[in-house]
Parts: sequence; structure tokens; C-alpha cells
Amino acid sequence: MKLTLHVWRQSGPNDPGRHERYEADDVSEHMSFLEMLDVVNERLVGQGEEPIAFEHDCREGICGSCGMMINGVPHGPKTLTTACQLHMRSFRDGDEIWIDPWRATAFPVLKDLVVDRSGFDRIIASGGYISVRTGSAPDGNAIPVPKDNADAAFDAATCIGCGACVAACPNASAMLFTSAKVAHLAQVPQGQAERWDRVLAMVDRHDAEGFGNCTNHGACQTACPKGISIDYIAQLNRDLIRATLRARPVEAGRDA
Amino acid sequence: MQLNSNVPSGPIAEKWDKHRFDMKLVNPANKRKYDVIIVGTGLAGASAAATMGELGYNVKAFTYHDSARRAHSIAAQGGINAAKNYQNDGDSVFRLFYDTVKGGDFRSREANVYRLAQISLNIIDQAVAQGVPFAREYGGLLANRSFGGAQVSRTFYARGQTGQQLLLGAYQALERQVGAGTVELSTRHEMMDVIVVDGVARGIVTRDLVSGGIESFTADAVVLATGGYSNVFFLSTNAKHCNVTATWRAHRRGAGFANPCYTQIHPTCIPPSGEYQSKLTLMSESLRNDGRIWVPKDAGDTRRARDIPEGERDYYLERFYPSFGNLSPRDIASRRAKEMVDSGHGVGELKNGVYLDFKDAIARLGRDAISERYGNLFEMYQKITGESPYETPMRIYPAPHYTMGGLWVDYDLMTNVPGLFAIGEANFSDHGANRLGASALMQGLADGYFVIPLTIGNYLARVPKKPIPTDHAAVKDTEREVKEKLDSLMAVNGSRTVDSFHIELGRLMWNACGMERSREGLEDALRRIPELREEFWRDVRVPGSAADLNQSLEKAGRVADFMEFAEVMCHDALTRDESCGAHYRVEHTTEDGEARRDDENFAHAAVWEFRGVGEAPVRHEEALVFENVQLSTRSYK
Amino acid sequence: MRRVATLYRTTVGKKVLMAVSGVVLFGFVFVHMLGNLKMLVPPDAAGHYAMDVYAEFLRSVGYPLVPHHGVLWLARLVLLAAVGVHIVSAVQLARLSRAARPRSHAKEQNLSLAYASRTMRWGGVILLLFIIYHILHFTTGQAHSSFVAGAVHQNYVSAFQNPVVFLVYLVAQTALCLHLYHGVWSFFQTLGLNHPKYNHLRRPFAAAFAVVVFVGFLTPPTLVLAGVVS
Repeated sequence: MKLTLHVWRQSGPNDPGRHERYEADDVSEHMSFLEMLDVVNERLVGQGEEPIAFEHDCREGICGSCGMMINGVPHGPKTLTTACQLHMRSFRDGDEIWIDPWRATAFPVLKDLVVDRSGFDRIIASGGYISVRTGSAPDGNAIPVPKDNADAAFDAATCIGCGACVAACPNASAMLFTSAKVAHLAQVPQGQAERWDRVLAMVDRHDAEGFGNCTNHGACQTACPKGISIDYIAQLNRDLIRATLRARPVEAGRDA
Repeated sequence: MQLNSNVPSGPIAEKWDKHRFDMKLVNPANKRKYDVIIVGTGLAGASAAATMGELGYNVKAFTYHDSARRAHSIAAQGGINAAKNYQNDGDSVFRLFYDTVKGGDFRSREANVYRLAQISLNIIDQAVAQGVPFAREYGGLLANRSFGGAQVSRTFYARGQTGQQLLLGAYQALERQVGAGTVELSTRHEMMDVIVVDGVARGIVTRDLVSGGIESFTADAVVLATGGYSNVFFLSTNAKHCNVTATWRAHRRGAGFANPCYTQIHPTCIPPSGEYQSKLTLMSESLRNDGRIWVPKDAGDTRRARDIPEGERDYYLERFYPSFGNLSPRDIASRRAKEMVDSGHGVGELKNGVYLDFKDAIARLGRDAISERYGNLFEMYQKITGESPYETPMRIYPAPHYTMGGLWVDYDLMTNVPGLFAIGEANFSDHGANRLGASALMQGLADGYFVIPLTIGNYLARVPKKPIPTDHAAVKDTEREVKEKLDSLMAVNGSRTVDSFHIELGRLMWNACGMERSREGLEDALRRIPELREEFWRDVRVPGSAADLNQSLEKAGRVADFMEFAEVMCHDALTRDESCGAHYRVEHTTEDGEARRDDENFAHAAVWEFRGVGEAPVRHEEALVFENVQLSTRSYK
Repeated sequence: MRRVATLYRTTVGKKVLMAVSGVVLFGFVFVHMLGNLKMLVPPDAAGHYAMDVYAEFLRSVGYPLVPHHGVLWLARLVLLAAVGVHIVSAVQLARLSRAARPRSHAKEQNLSLAYASRTMRWGGVILLLFIIYHILHFTTGQAHSSFVAGAVHQNYVSAFQNPVVFLVYLVAQTALCLHLYHGVWSFFQTLGLNHPKYNHLRRPFAAAFAVVVFVGFLTPPTLVLAGVVS
């Protein structure tokens, strides 16, 4: 099939950028979306032009590197599918495709479709872990976890950190990302000790990174290639409120 | 080249304990005075950086990804082995050790493998405490499944995303240390070379992938955790950016490269669909627990799978290997699949696969149980092929997957260059000529969490502390060489894209040095690789600038190194004049078509020394001594 | 206190204020709607309209413990505060959003789960303008052509006999209905009042609440316009 692409080209953070039009002929329906871009890039290099810069790595939907707005939808039209796993059978001959980078203040564009998502790492560094010194762990079976909790924790932990939630959100909020980690660790017994400090620190960091606020649109859930639910955001909100209301023993003593 | 494995004396079960006692320790207060560089933040690198940061070392970690969470460890699906014996089915440290040595076709170092089996117990504990959501039974305890090459259930898993969950655990531990200030993490920095001062590794030169800036970092020790080199074949299950550059650069600086020809082919991948194919997707080997592999008995049968009656199907693995059947080791399953496709029994539009059928398992266990076990794998398969494995059998075919070869290391995981360590897939240490399923995650985490944080202290405590100024001649020289190489890549300005060269090299290697190797094919490859390399340097085109985010330049540098590396791989395959594990020489087969080892002449690790591009490398040997395992011919019949 | 300050500083904290002030306003709107239904009650034997009786009750409730109009003014202050907090939070959040996404995507699609969520900001502005008009209309009377202080029933009927006034209220109630639909659901989500067992009931509850308020408010004016109530 033949397609017309309008791809965002931006040589660097300070370039205002623009959409460039490319014709992609000979697209097979068995190609992945990124393979289609590979073919376009091979031709561009052949013509002495710079190829379209885009992030990708595993190409099996798990590393979270790839991600772009395809006709105004993060990762394109197929639900629960990353751009690398989107195949061209989802498009029709003659389609026009607009490709944009994730747009958010917290995700500055580095080049073309490549954005800086390091804010996600800093959110994790602020508290998205369980503090366990290597070697200090008890036997694996010493901590039984009810199967339902383990499964629910897994569902939250399946986030790949691609940033589609931020791109989909009208407010460019990263609450789905943040809440997925908060909920993962809040649902297992190992995560209880740091539960309240964790949620406070992570939300604080989220805001400091310049992500917007969650106004419960739910667009993130629609866009998430891993199907992470906004119920986790409700859980984050509840935990944050509880963390605020929960007086620590020391603080309680001070009032007396 | 000095190759002293430094294996501690004493009975195998006590070596690691004894060594831990004999090792010199760094005073806790002094640890922060030592700088340690870790390159790569996959399972091995992230766990090592997190643990060493926690111990108090001043750690500098590097990854070329935008985040430490992207490393390809994340894609491991099936699971991680540990000799916990939670199933009470007769597992033990010794059995895991034995299975690993046997699975590696008796080409690994006993002492390292035994330590790996011992540490496997701690890894599970560590991961559980980090909150890794392993599969559980209804009683809340950890679930296990069995995996290729084992007759006990010792594999721990998190649906089909075990690698992801373990990597996220290590990544979170790493980010915790970043937050605490003990680890300085540089993302989007690619290691371009190792700085060696007076024969000792003292730092690395990196390229900032955003600004193009060349920077040097010095340290008291350098740890490479940079993964494997399956992408020498272009099409493999590895992520697109996986490369040999870090280990190859270390090799050029004097580190021995061991057993480069040991490359594992994974039996269950989705076959290519066309010329534009950019990578191959693996379907976890765990699928073989419940799936049955077959091809039509009649070559050239073009009926749909469901129209082929039971009597006209050849369940060839069950036929050849009645006791292991569909769970036969990877190399055997792969070769048999190739045989079937080569003899015209292939299935699918391009007749390039075999069936992996779940019909019986669904009938026996129900669709829900199968979905619970493999749901995400089935979805992934359907996304890629447009076919549902619930309705029609999967099509699978082998693809390059893991490389057992890597930098030679001693018992402390140090290469023959003092101060330069290699961990995880980047070293050669534990898997011999073939790796068992669910053992890569185990090795990466064993090296990172439990081995290197101790053994590096043993090194640091023995060498004098001597800072290297960043304007030291060796630093400046290495930086200059890196810049010159990048400039010369930019200067070629030829007519062919980097990928076109990579594809050509990959095809050449897959044919000559892939699933089957022959003297003739390897000798031919050794003639053609230098020609291709020469053409690459004459005709490659790298657009853009070196002082910018330039993905073509990144690829070009990696492919340039693959062009050099491919040669030593073929040399290794040629001189290893036997078949063993994943290394299959057509000249050395039994009557049944199985690999025939030559223990008399080849019970050693081949370690290569670099002598210059285009120069024949020098082969050294580390003899492998088997004191605890009887060398036997593998039989999975 | 440190934690409360942290909570307020976060976007979630502002949302909590939004939700809490919002729930005060839901309550008010619901009671107001119930009060308006008094318009449907015919006058008693003495010719007193139920609406007027109810209005007098609101003015004198709590007397003599508190002065006349005491409770009424207290309620007005609480409502005014709630509206103020609601608006301030909304403005702060809207500004944060604009800062977080200064430029939208090409061909951006609306992926929100409910259309109503995209109408909250403009809908809120419409409601604010309406509230000002509504106070001038029925409380102070400046916007009412034949306002008689204290004669609530009469003012009501004379106002809605004018189809233009009816239309203004119809638009406002539509905006309110959408605002409540997303707002009520959002209230549960923001305060984390969710449970896997009951989550699926949140949307229907929000829809039912919004529809009940819509129908409850518009029934009396419709009947006035139709001449049934006079």
C-alpha cells in the first residue's frame, strides 16, 4: 500500500520544528510501524538526508523505548499495542498519517520524535522502590503473598514507562505512571513499611518535574499499551490522603 | 596472555565460602574513596551498581539508553532458576550445578557454575523482598514451573514477563542509590573505549548520544555489563541496539575473548515475514511445557493445520526423544526444526516454521488455565502475525538469542586485564557451550548482586590507590583515537546505508556460523568478511553530524565493530573442530545426527588475543577440569 | 502539619479541595432542587404557597437561638467559600495544565472516557456566570422585571412565563448536568473512594444524580411555561 506521512522534524531542542511530508510506497501489511519508518529512513539516507530520529529498542513491546503520536493517538490506533507492535494491517492504502513526538513540558524534544523522559526515573528515584539491602532478605517463602494481591501487584507493575499516558492526558499528567508504581508496592506486604512516605515523595517529585495534574479524564487508561487502570490513581489519591492524615508516633507524642 | 582462573582450592561446595574468607576486604570507611565504573544497566549492571553503591563505593554507571529500565534483560519472558526445592521434587544445589554443566555440554568451569547454583537461592529471596510480583499459589507461596532441559520444577516466574519484573526490581534499587547520591548514573552515554594505563583498566571514554560530546571518566576499576553479541547476525531476538562494541573495545585493549563461537539459537521464535524484517520475536520456551511441536508428515502439505488429521502429523521431538520430548534442550530442538524446514516440511506462507500446538493442552486444562499461563505471549503472537494461538497452532522457528561466549574472566569475574571486570552475558563464565532456559537471569543477578560486589573489593584492597588525572597521556590518547574513528566514519560519505552492511554481514554469519557450521563455510566466510569490512569503510554513508544526536553514527560504530568481531567468531568456530552444545559442526555428528564432542582435544575454553584488524588472532586455552561431574554424552532420548 | 502542607502543595491536594468543595455544592444543589419542587404543591386553604412557607422557614430557621437570617447567612458564607475554593483550585489546576502542555499534538484525538470531562472548565465558567445572574434574578431582584421582595412563588412564576428566561435556565441546567456527571464520578476518584467490588457503580450513580437534578430543577419551570403552575 501507499501512505503519506507528515512527520515532525526538529533538529534540536531549540529548533522550532515543523511537519515534513514523505510518501511511503510499497508498504506491506506485515510490516510493523517501525519497520515502515525503517524503510522510509533507508530511502532518506540514500538521498543524503538525515533519517527520522525515533526511539526504539526491543521491538517487542516491553522496553518502553518507542512511542510517538500516530494520528493524534499515542502508539497509534490499536489498543494495548506499542508502536513497535503496531502492524501496518491496521492502516489502509492511501491513508495520511501524522506523526508527532510526545508533547509535554516535562518531556522536552531532543530531536524529531525523541523526547527526554528522565523525569520518570527521578520519580522512581524519589521513592519507587522497597529499601532492601542486598543479602538482607528473608527466605522467599517467609513472606506469603495472597495470590490475588500478587496478581494485582503484577497488573500495576507491568508498566513499561513509555510515556503514552502523559501524551494522552490533556493535562500532560504522569499520574498513571506514578500511581502504577505506588499501587504495585502498596499491594504487597513487603511494601508496607515505606508506603506512606513513598506516596508523598513520589507525588511531590511528579509535580516538581512539571507534569500536569490529573483531572480524571481517563485518556491515559485508553492509551496505555499495557492496560493499566486509573483505579490505581484513585488508590494513589487515597494513600496520599491517608498518608497526610496519619500522624507518626513521634508527631503524636509531640501534641501531648 | 596470562590465564589464571584463580579457582580456590578445596571441595567444590566449600570453594566460595573459603574464598569469601580469604578475600581481602576494603575498610567500610575507605570504600567511598574508590571509584568504580559500571557500563550497562541491565540485570547484571543495575544490580551491581545498586549493591556497590549501597556498600559505599563511589559508583559511576553508564547506559546508552534514555533510562536504566530499557536494557534488554527486560524482554526475558520465561523465568529464573533457583535450587530452592520448594516443590520437594528432588532438586538441590548440586542438581542445578550438574544440570547446568551438563546442559553446557561440559564446556564450562565447574567452580563458577557451582557458585552460581549456590547463589541462586539468595537471588529469589532478594527479588521477593524487593516486591517482584512472582507467580504465587493460592496459599500465598511461590509457584514454580519446569523449563527446557530440567526434570524438576525450579523456575520462578512472573507471568511471561519475568525479566521485566526482575529488571525493574534492580532498576528501582539502582534509582534508590541514585537518589541517595551513591551512584552517579549517566544515561544516553555510550562507552566507546576502555582506558588502560600501564596494563591496568582505569576508565572509559564515552560519547554523549545527545550532544555528541566525547568525555573520559577515570576510576579504580571498570565493570562491563554490556550483554551479548547476537546482533552480529542482524536478525536475532536481541533488541536493536544490542552490540559487541564495549566488549570488543576491551578485547582490542588486551582482554581475552573466550569462546565467541558459542552462540545460542532459541528454538521458539516467530519466523520472519519478509525482507524488511528488523528483528525476530521470541516466544518463551516455557510454551514448550504445554505446547506440542509438529510438522506435516507429508513434505509440501499445504493444508491448514486444523485440516491435517492426527495420523498425518509428525510430533518429531516426541518421536526422537521419548523421555524429554518437547522439552529437549534448545540446541537439539533448534536443529531438529531446521532439519524439518530444510526437508520441505516447513509450515506457513513462506514454509519457514514448525507448529507449536496448544490444542491438547487447552482440551486438558481448559482455555482459562492456558490463558493464565501464556495469555500475554498469545496476545503478542496475535499482534505480530494476526493469528490466534487459541484457534490455530503457533508457527515457530529458531533464531539467534544468547551468546555464551564473552570476555574471559577468572573466578573473581576479572578479565586478564587487571581492573577490568565482565559480568552477565558479557562474560563467558557459566554456560559453557549452551545455556539452559531460565539461567541467564540467574547468572546476571548472581554476578551483579552477590559476586562482583565482593570480588571487586578483593581487587581494590590489593592494588595501590593512585588517582589518574583526566589529562593523563593514556586518557588523551584514547579520547583522540575515539574521535578519529568517529571522524573517519563520518568522512567515508559513500553510497550504502549502515543497515545494508549489517544485513549483509548478518546473512553471511547466519549461513556460515549460525545453527550449523562447516569448515568450508567458515573458511569462505573468513575470506568474505574482510572484503565486506573493506567495502564498509569505503562505501558506507553516515548522514548528519558527529556533534549531534545521530542514530546512523551510533549504528555505524557498532556495525564497524561487528565487522571486526565476526572474524574472530569464525576463527573460533573453525578451530573448535568438534561439535558441542550450540556449536554444531557438520563434520562431527553421531549416527543419530547429534553433536559429537571431542573431550580429548577440546575440553578447554578457547581464549582469543587481538593482534590487529585483519591480523590472525592468537588462540589460547584454559583447560577445563571436571572433578565433580562425569563427562558423558548427552542423551535426551 | 508538614504533611498537610505537602498535600496542599501537590496537584492531588488541590484536587482534594476541588472534590471537597464540590461535594458541598452537590449537597446544596440537591437540597435546592428539592426546595424548588415545592412549586408543584398547590396553595393551602389560607392561600399560602408552599414555596413561600419554605422560604420563610429558611429565613427564620434556628430562631430564637440565632437571629433571623442567621442560619441563612451562615449557609451563604459556607457556599460562597466553597465556590471560592472550587474556582481558585480550578484556576490553579488549569494554569498548571497549560504549563505542562503548551502545544498540542497534530490531529489530537479525544481519548477521555467521558465527553463531560472535557467540558468541565468552560462548563464551570458558564455556571459561574449563571450563578451571578441567578442571584441578581431571584435573590436581589435587579435582573427581574417584576421582582417583589419575599414573594418567592410569584417571582418564580412571573420569571418563567418568559421563554427567554426559561432558555437561559435550560442552558445552565444542561451545563450543570454535565458538570455533575463528571464531578460526582470524579469526587469518588479523587478521594480514592474506590473498591474493586463497587467501582462499576460509580458511573451509573453519577449519571443518575445528574439526571435527577436536571429533571428536578426543570420540571417546575416547564410546568410554569406550559401554564400548569401559576
